[in-house]
Formats: sequence, C-alpha cells, structure tokens
Amino acid sequence: MWKWLHPYAKAERAYQLCNTLLPYFVTVTAVCIAVGWIWGLAFAPADYQQKDSYRIIFIHVPSAILSMGAYSSMAIAAIVALVWQIRNAELAVIAIAPVGAAMTAIALITGAAWGKPMWGAWWVWDARLTSELILLFLYFGVLSLYHAFEDKKSGGRAACILAIVGVINLPIIHFSVEWWNTLHQGSTITKFDTSAIDPSMLWPLLINILGFAAFVGALSLVRLKNEILQVEKHRPWVRQLVSRG
Amino acid sequence: MQFESLSDFFHMGGYAFYVWLSFGSCAFILLGLVWASLNDAKRIKREVDAQMKREARIKQAQEEAKA
Repeated sequence: MWKWLHPYAKAERAYQLCNTLLPYFVTVTAVCIAVGWIWGLAFAPADYQQKDSYRIIFIHVPSAILSMGAYSSMAIAAIVALVWQIRNAELAVIAIAPVGAAMTAIALITGAAWGKPMWGAWWVWDARLTSELILLFLYFGVLSLYHAFEDKKSGGRAACILAIVGVINLPIIHFSVEWWNTLHQGSTITKFDTSAIDPSMLWPLLINILGFAAFVGALSLVRLKNEILQVEKHRPWVRQLVSRG
Repeated sequence: MQFESLSDFFHMGGYAFYVWLSFGSCAFILLGLVWASLNDAKRIKREVDAQMKREARIKQAQEEAKA
C-alpha cells in the first residue's frame, strides 16, 4: 500500500519533489499574505473595545497556530526518522525547526506588543505565555542538539528524540487557557458554532493562517533542499545539478 | 477602507507603535529567514563547485606530472 512512497526515501527523488511543490507553496504564500495583511490592516473594521490595536491578531494568531503546527510536523518527521530510519525525515526535522522557531518568536513578540497596550505589561508569567516560551526553547534545543554532535547520525537521533519528547508541551500550550486562570484569553476561532469573531474579521484571519501555513511549507522545502544538498554534496547527482547551474 | 487618509492609516487610532512594531518585526523575521535560507543554498552550491574545480586541478596537475 505504501510502496509508492518508497522512492522518496532517496535523496534525489525527495529533492525533485521539493522543487515540484515549491512554486505552489510560494504562490499561496505571496497571494494570501498580501491579501491578508492589506485586508487585516486597512479593510477589516476596528474592534469595538480594542480599536485598531486588535489588528495584531492577524499575525499573532497565525504565527501561534503555526508555531504548534510546525512542531507537530517536526515531531512526525522525527518519528518517521527514528522508526523507519529514513534520513530525509531526519533532515526535515532540522529543516522545519528554524521555521517553527521563527513562528514562535513572532507569536511571542506580537503577543508582547499586544499585551502592553491591552494588559499594561509586555510580559507576564502566565501559563500560555510561559508554555509558548518553552516551545521556543524546545526548537532551540532540537537545533543545538543536532549541531552539538560531531557525528551527524548521533546528533540527528538525539534531536529527533528531543523533538518527540517535546510534544508533551503542545497540549499544555493549547489547554493552558482552560486549565489555569490565565490573563491570556481563550480561543476565538476553534469554536465555529459559537462564532466568537465576526466574519468581517474571521475571513482575513483565515487567509492569513493559510498564508502563514504556506510560508512554513515553502521555507521548510527550501531548507530541506539545502540539508539534502549538504549531506549529498559528494554524490554525482549533486555535482551534475551544480554544473548545470 | 477603514481609514480616512493615509496618515490616519499609519496612525492606527493611536496604536501605531504597537501595530507597526508587530507587523515590522514579523516581516523582518520572515524575510530574514528567507534571505538566510536562499543564501545557504547559494553557499552550498558554491562549495560544491569549488570542490569540483579543485579536483579537476589536481587531476590536471597529476597528468602534467606524468607527462
């Protein structure tokens, strides 16, 4: 059943697949981020309470969702790498980690810039904020563990194990606003039936989420291509690729 | 359009600093990572190219030494 998947364990095939997928991800990213930012900044109505400061939601929520989404994909890649010993999956872990770390950093920075005018503080040791900060450290941990080993095989395995163990943080982040009394508000758009957000704000938000997701995909593909080239640089197919220009 | 004028838009109803700080740092981080990743790709290809040229030079020198 899974036989069609086997050729992609080969580095060259995976590299070609990245090249095939990349233009689609780049197009969706460019269109959605352009439309989403302009719509969110200029055309969505101001909030009745938070006025124009709420416009930060259009990057804060997408980056926060994707910081966890990227982590999930990274952990799945880590499981594939450890269980089936697929090196491309291990490279995917290392390719996704910086992108996820960027999403986490954006979520934290935009959250601080939103917290200051609304809560009166850049930072509070609230359960949601603290667990998101731990997520950033987990990304850094995965990256530094990989690069701390001279032998990339051991480094890759260690990074994969940390990535899998760190998954425990994802439900903590998600449910932190329900389990603890947090300053951070509960989720707005997961409950579609109760619709806590007006469609005039929901649509630009959804477009931005799609744009950020496509960005994470596109940049992960670019970085995965780099990682593949790096480990395969002595192979004839890489040399052919480079001499073709 | 929710704003009367362009300066009104940049003013963001008094929240200009926080809104533009958020969008600015977001754009900076995203573009920075894109730049770094594309730069990596170029660097790796340059290294492979340099290695190929180096091997070609060694091969040529060996042939000249034989001749």
